Amino acid sequence: MTIKRREFLKATAAGGALIVTGSQSASASTAGETIPPQAVGILYDSNLCIGCQACMTACKEANDMPPEHSGQYSTWDNPLDLSANTLNIIKMYKDGEKYAFIKRHCMHCLEPACANACPVSALVKDRETGIVTYDASACIGCRYCQVACPYNVPKFDWYSPFPQIHKCQLCDHLFQQGRYAACCESCPTGASLFGPVEKLKKEAERRLLLEPDKYYDFPVNHIEKGNTRRHKAEKYIPHIYGSEEVGGSQYMILSGTDFSKLGLPDLRERSYVKDLEGVANTFYKYLIYPVAAFAGLVYLVRKREHHE
Amino acid sequence: MSEAKPFGGRVLTIPFILGLLVIIVMLGFLAQRFLLGLGPVSGMNDGYPWGLWIAYDVNVGTAFACGGYAMAILIFIFNKFEYSPLLKPAVLTSFLGYALAGFSIFFDIGRYWNMQNIFLPWHANVHSAMFEVALCIAAYVLVLLIETAPPFLQKLKLHNVENKLSKVLFIFVALGILLPTMHQSSLGSLMVLGGPKMSPLYWSQALPLFFLIGALLLGYAVVIFEATLSGVAFNNPSELKILKKLSAIIPWLVGIFLIVRFQDINARGALEAMFAGDMAGNFFLLESVLLLVALFMLVPAKNRADSRKVFWAAFCALLGAGLYRFDAYIIGFSPGNGWHYFPTTPEILITFGIIAIEILVFVWAAKRAPLLPLSGKKSQA
Repeated sequence: MTIKRREFLKATAAGGALIVTGSQSASASTAGETIPPQAVGILYDSNLCIGCQACMTACKEANDMPPEHSGQYSTWDNPLDLSANTLNIIKMYKDGEKYAFIKRHCMHCLEPACANACPVSALVKDRETGIVTYDASACIGCRYCQVACPYNVPKFDWYSPFPQIHKCQLCDHLFQQGRYAACCESCPTGASLFGPVEKLKKEAERRLLLEPDKYYDFPVNHIEKGNTRRHKAEKYIPHIYGSEEVGGSQYMILSGTDFSKLGLPDLRERSYVKDLEGVANTFYKYLIYPVAAFAGLVYLVRKREHHE
Repeated sequence: MSEAKPFGGRVLTIPFILGLLVIIVMLGFLAQRFLLGLGPVSGMNDGYPWGLWIAYDVNVGTAFACGGYAMAILIFIFNKFEYSPLLKPAVLTSFLGYALAGFSIFFDIGRYWNMQNIFLPWHANVHSAMFEVALCIAAYVLVLLIETAPPFLQKLKLHNVENKLSKVLFIFVALGILLPTMHQSSLGSLMVLGGPKMSPLYWSQALPLFFLIGALLLGYAVVIFEATLSGVAFNNPSELKILKKLSAIIPWLVGIFLIVRFQDINARGALEAMFAGDMAGNFFLLESVLLLVALFMLVPAKNRADSRKVFWAAFCALLGAGLYRFDAYIIGFSPGNGWHYFPTTPEILITFGIIAIEILVFVWAAKRAPLLPLSGKKSQA
């Protein structure tokens, strides 16, 4: 469904329509909590993740990114954090015998601060899919998106004279081929699950009600493709991370370990985009105040000049 | 308007040549930045994507360049024409400050060849505070260029242009009051989105208000600071007399700034954070002490009659309010995850180069163009 929609958009994008859709997606960046009609996202379940990092390799392949080496004896790709060359990373939290994994990449927020911040609409939230996309040809490299992102997701090429911003775009370039996010395609356990946000949210709510230590079927790869794996359910923290944080996001996380221990920031519900909009709407709505102020100033300055 | 004339004398003095050397060093590091990228020259990183150039050159620099704005408000809104001799030099320093902030933005942004996208309607994002700041600053640089022009047109004997310009100047004066009000507050709005990563001492929805009051305060403080220096350097006691009167405005602005800011932090229940002993808390205390010193130095009328005390109080206000702006971008901002930032030597030297350009152009202009209200000429009240 989403794929057809995108092709349609692509076809109509020719000519002047490009300008219209462009400006529409830009305004959609501040649309508020409503979920876009064809919103797709990812549900990550830390309890199902085995830390195999197949998703990281698949991500690098799909996005044509080089391996990153850290440490003296590094043979394979082993980045320490998200970077301009790593859009998706599995990290491990360890406490004695206990350990847990977490997968970090762009959250595809419902009210993305990066898209609100971007002065040139290089980062926009797609009106249909809700994917926060990046267009290097528009970007001026001001890095306000990096300042604004609550999750420190957008990364910059610091060592290039022709830098770009890099972040996960949910593999939207694969949609035309009938594919979807490479990390979910490659996940063997269903820990990374792709699909429409509403369905993923229902699935997440279902999992929170599962009885620990009993066996259940879990959808794998894509929630609409019907493949499942049988896993023993483990205890969950009763919260879907990403359902409420700064207005909610299209990437949702379930875990049996405290989210803060996994390095996820503890964020309030109201987005900071709303705070800024509150300020902007007070003073800049339809430019009434600035225009009125200008008229008043012109009058005053003229009067003073003559007076002098 | 007041009578102004060139000071004259040699331009190429030894300090001037030292300044030129600093500028040459800057150009060398800038070449490195354009060939290799931002990483090798600066301490900026993915956690602290903005460093000294944005936090000081642009954010503090344009506020230090609010002298023209602050004086225009006093003269044209509050009808205090006795201050008009201070306007011309203030407008020139404002122009220099803003033009060089624009230059700093040019080498700070990664993809400068796309800069024009800000002005293309199909790229512009009208919801972006950065868009508002960028557009407004660009427009204001042009306004300042026009406002700065008269003394130079006079020097170039382009009297025809000068006369025509003087007829429409009121429009630019009005814009010169409107535009800084907008973008100086928006420079604060920018950090509203930084909320999740900011200290409660520095984040607030009222950031635009603090930044606007701060810009006005810095505007008056910088006029006192610069005019005292040039009054001494160019031996011009008449200027010092007006400054003493002007200094009475400082305690009011400092007082308002401190009250709204403390009350805002108090309302969010975060006042104790200032004693946390961390960077944010310590710098907050330092700013507040500097501003309080400026306040209490200028409250007694007899202190305001003493040029030396007026100068040092203005200096404290400059440091305090300037530091506040810097802290709101760097010290009060903490992305977590082990990131830290300290400017590298090339980064600092590039900023020194920018400051050197400002000083050298001002010195050249004061010596060669009718800029300063020099003694021997009576300033009109």
